[in-house]
Amino acid sequence: MTVSRDVDIALRVNGEERTACVHPMRRLLDVLREDLALTGTKEGCGEGECGACAVLVDGKLVDSCLVPVAQVRGREVTTIEGLAKRDTLASIQQAFAELGGAQCGICTPGMILAARALLDRVPDPTESDVREALAGNICRCTGYTRIFESVLRAVQLERGAP
Amino acid sequence: MSSIGQPVLRKEAHAKVTGRARYVDDVTMPGLIHGVTVRSSCARGRIRGITFGPGIPWDEITVVTARDVPHNVVALINDDQPALADGVINHPEEPVVLLAHPSRALLEKARAAVHIDVEPLPAVFTIEDAIAARTVVWGADNVFKEYWIRKGDVDAALARVAADVVLVEGEYATGAQEQLYIEPNGMIAVVDAASGAITVSGSMQCPYYIQKALMKLFGVGPEHARVVQMETGGGFGGKEEYPSMIAVHAALLAKKSGRPVKIVYDRAEDMAATTKRHPSRTRHRTAITRDGRIVALDIDFAIDGGAYSTLSQVVLSRGCIHAAGPYDVENVRIRARAVATNAPPHGAFRGFGAPQSLFALERHMDEVARVLGLRPEELRRRNFVRQGQTLATGQVVRDDVDMGAMLERAMTLSEWNAKRACFAEENARGGPVRRGMGLATFLHGTGFTGSGEKHLASIVGAEGMADGRVRVLAASTEIGQGTSTIFAQIAADAIGVGYDDIEVATPDTRDVPNSGPTVASRTCTIVGKLVESAASSIKAQLVAAGTLREPYDARAFREACAKYVREHGRLRATAEYVQPKDITWDEERFRGDAYGAYSWAVYVAQVAVDMRTYEARVEDFWALQEVGKVIHPVLAAGQIEGGVAQGIGWALFENVVWKDGRMANDRMTDYIVPTSADVPPIRVVFDEQPYAQGPHGAKGIGELPMDGPAPAIANAILDATGVSVRRVPARPEVLFESMESAGSSEARVRTRAPEGGDRVA
Repeated sequence: MTVSRDVDIALRVNGEERTACVHPMRRLLDVLREDLALTGTKEGCGEGECGACAVLVDGKLVDSCLVPVAQVRGREVTTIEGLAKRDTLASIQQAFAELGGAQCGICTPGMILAARALLDRVPDPTESDVREALAGNICRCTGYTRIFESVLRAVQLERGAP
Repeated sequence: MSSIGQPVLRKEAHAKVTGRARYVDDVTMPGLIHGVTVRSSCARGRIRGITFGPGIPWDEITVVTARDVPHNVVALINDDQPALADGVINHPEEPVVLLAHPSRALLEKARAAVHIDVEPLPAVFTIEDAIAARTVVWGADNVFKEYWIRKGDVDAALARVAADVVLVEGEYATGAQEQLYIEPNGMIAVVDAASGAITVSGSMQCPYYIQKALMKLFGVGPEHARVVQMETGGGFGGKEEYPSMIAVHAALLAKKSGRPVKIVYDRAEDMAATTKRHPSRTRHRTAITRDGRIVALDIDFAIDGGAYSTLSQVVLSRGCIHAAGPYDVENVRIRARAVATNAPPHGAFRGFGAPQSLFALERHMDEVARVLGLRPEELRRRNFVRQGQTLATGQVVRDDVDMGAMLERAMTLSEWNAKRACFAEENARGGPVRRGMGLATFLHGTGFTGSGEKHLASIVGAEGMADGRVRVLAASTEIGQGTSTIFAQIAADAIGVGYDDIEVATPDTRDVPNSGPTVASRTCTIVGKLVESAASSIKAQLVAAGTLREPYDARAFREACAKYVREHGRLRATAEYVQPKDITWDEERFRGDAYGAYSWAVYVAQVAVDMRTYEARVEDFWALQEVGKVIHPVLAAGQIEGGVAQGIGWALFENVVWKDGRMANDRMTDYIVPTSADVPPIRVVFDEQPYAQGPHGAKGIGELPMDGPAPAIANAILDATGVSVRRVPARPEVLFESMESAGSSEARVRTRAPEGGDRVA
């Protein structure tokens, strides 16, 4: 059998220092799900088409199925588990929950992180901005309408709207 | 306050938005190993031998072949599909060998090292070749099932074709469509070492289908075949039947290895091997008076069922019954056939045959209108069925439906007349983008077809819990559509407590009765009614026992319920489906009440066609429907919007490329579904006419939105360009070809009686 080439890779995940002893080419997706037990990140296609595995690396949206873990050494990774503060949902999560942005839920973590990345970049997006920002995240349930509403509602919530 | 009609928070909303919801691939357990499937690559043939290549530690790997299968069938209807191919191959994704090992990396190498030596046999890949039966691949004639619907006298009506009655002919086709739920299929099987009892958990729509398959294959009773649904990431019909195959595979590997086994398909395997929407072709011959009254519909409908019969006969019956649509026609003849080819079996997908036959009908209506020089809405208006009139099966319409009024409303909402006029003027200037408006008017039957619900005899339970809340017990699955939420709303309202006072049990065959499969737009209206009834019985028991006195509030109920459970140990009620007496169905002749009720709809599409790229784009969409009472406005609208998006995909993008029976484009890179940039505004409007047999008057909703988009979009393309789209998906290549051969795409019109009797050309 092949000799193990596992190495220690340190990264920050949701604000915590984590180390995984893995092959440097192991997919970030597998490191998160299997080595760090963060199963909120989902695998939908394994080829960067569906966005179910999307996470933020230093605030930028990436498909974790396409990223070898060596590339995120020392960087900040945010997954869906990192958004809620204890039991308080982030406003984007709250909006998805209330307005029907989540149906079967499997695209939801990636979709919410894509929305988060948009709102960090464009705090007051138009619907057209939302459509463009989410175009790499496939949802098969909603027809996207309620997802657009959820993102626009999150903008209001973040401004303190009731 | 009643939660019916209120947008209460989805039961599992919190779990889904925080990533805590547990899907099958999120679960691991001590000793768990992985399973993979080795498939044939040849469409049809005889297995000469299986060899296990060098370089693999085969003694470490659990290997299962047909020889290890106690009773080699995946039980469903006709039981003709083996769990593992035994000697014969009937399609290019047929499972032949199963492997299990802790290392997925090793399993991939092992899978590649298994060589299945097959002597090829001639195969069949199209509906026409199957019907011609020069090569017979199933039964005596490649026909899984044939149904006829006969109303009035079509031959006599066709003989009237003359100056005042014309005959318009047309042929239409629809392609396969992949469900593409974003969570691929997966199962975990655990076998108890002492008792041999099997427990399978995973992604599914129908726990009791899987239990039946396990019981039949292993020859065990229900107590040794437990099935548990996990959070399920979409189904759309794609997880109705194939999960039984994966469940028996995982169980076979778990039995042989003595360890828990997980099988999770990757996207390519899920796309290529599991079921898709049946491809179809439909021929229409319509006799119609010059002033637009349909005299006769003569329809030949055929679907490609793939290599095994699976659900095809049921898909066929729904497609067949919907083929004549929401029209009052005196003479109707529908011949419907499901045929065998050497593709993986096609199966359930939202709409279940109805989108196929309704595409043909609603496209043909526009062709007929064009021949007569009538506007498409006017032709429909002159032929809509009304309350008291009969549908193709002779079913008398009981709903107080007014399709004419719905059509008017949809036209007003979409500014139909103004836009048609405006686009016609703009298009006449010959710019690069042409716009058009198209519509489809249709119906969708609620619940199982014919006697289906009677045979299912579904049961729902409810039980009081120690904390005073009530739990609903049903096998109906939450797959994203909102089952758990609406069941809780219905139960809460029946008892008179709050939405949060109701819990909905995980579908687990050990704990919940068989409320039937989660299919056929039946969950809300049929099972929901049973939920209402079981919940009411809980209340009645407490009242009868003197523990609860009316009137009461939610707190008094909780206290009474908790007290009863404390004192008696158990508070439980069940409700079983009893078919209303006025529903009658003749299965042999396809006459009578095909469905307990129908939902009705008018959909309008605004489409732009770029004459340089031949790309069609839906710019705006209106979906007006009458679905009875809407239980949850957000979930209901979400069902319609999602269905419309899938319909847009089927109409324009989603193209399964076949190569010798195999899906060649089994990647999301190559199989295109609508993204957030592709969907138009989808304007959903509900018309609510309460249905007497549904909970609070609710009818079915899930499948309906799949029926209308494709014909509405294709009709809008006709309006925009004058080109008839005869098959979907109408990708740019199809539009290009259609425009190049525009002369030949005209509908065939005859003004003389055609030859032939009870047979459609």
